[in-house]
Amino acid sequence: MAEFFHMGGYAFFVWSSYAIVFIAFVYAFVSPLLHHQRVLTELRKSTQTERKTKVVATQSPAATPD
Amino acid sequence: MNHPSHSESSDRSASRGSKWRWLHRFGSPAWMYGFSGRWAPRFAVVSAILFVIGLYQGLVIAPPDYQMGDSYRIIFIHVPSAWLSMFSYFVMAVAAAVGLVWRMKVADITARSIAPLGAIFTFCALVTGSLWGKPTWGTYWVWDARLTSELILLFLFIGYIALHDSFEDRRTGARASAVLAIVGVINLPIIHFSVEWWNTLHQGSTVTRLDGPTMDTSMLIPLLVMFVAFNFYFASVVLNRLRSRLLEHERKTNWVREVVHG
Repeated sequence: MAEFFHMGGYAFFVWSSYAIVFIAFVYAFVSPLLHHQRVLTELRKSTQTERKTKVVATQSPAATPD
Repeated sequence: MNHPSHSESSDRSASRGSKWRWLHRFGSPAWMYGFSGRWAPRFAVVSAILFVIGLYQGLVIAPPDYQMGDSYRIIFIHVPSAWLSMFSYFVMAVAAAVGLVWRMKVADITARSIAPLGAIFTFCALVTGSLWGKPTWGTYWVWDARLTSELILLFLFIGYIALHDSFEDRRTGARASAVLAIVGVINLPIIHFSVEWWNTLHQGSTVTRLDGPTMDTSMLIPLLVMFVAFNFYFASVVLNRLRSRLLEHERKTNWVREVVHG
């Protein structure tokens, strides 16, 4: 096992290559998923407020706008 | 074949019409949103399995190289990164061209979705190449044709993104950046043939040769497994990116409202 991590003396070059690619790939994979979630919650929020203002407008015309 | 009648040829053109009709679905944002949602996770699973197999074969099973020792193991991520960087650029340019010619929104959003991943592949190819160059050539960087043209590829991806996003109107940005993407295709054959056209520290091709690969099977198989894994990874990430961008761009449409509340 120690020999495996030693990589015949090239441990620094081999493992830093793999580490950088790993981090870059995880980032590239996760960022669109997070973006999707962010857009969804944003759209839910904006349509909710849209509906609320509609309800306020139709149900109680005398209500003061906040 | 000898005497094609008129009815035969008209049949053929009719069938060709219906054969290509399915392609039109790819132009529909709502359909593409559903399609990418179904296929991106499946591609991700396939790529994860292939990554595990390829890494195990490449890092554990494959023997050390007789000249480079264990440092050559960088090849299993370096070469697929470099191939995918060029493949990404090509697909991006084709999608951008389709968007430019047929004014297809989905094609433009696809091209824009590929660009950041292409930049990441290019970055990985450059960094791993540099980390492989130090123990092999004695230097992290030289300004030779292969390395310089790959660096230009990185700038093309970044330039495409910057130009695409620098206009208020999405369509103007799409058109301007599509022209850049198409012109930049000229860089691809330069990258590929640079090791033949110019003297360079970079080694020549060992896999894509006319007389067959000059690599031992024990090293070639993990490399090809990694290459396929990279392709599935590419498909999964691009579909996910496309999905989130479609949702964002189509926010005012009915199908997005259905997605958000349904």
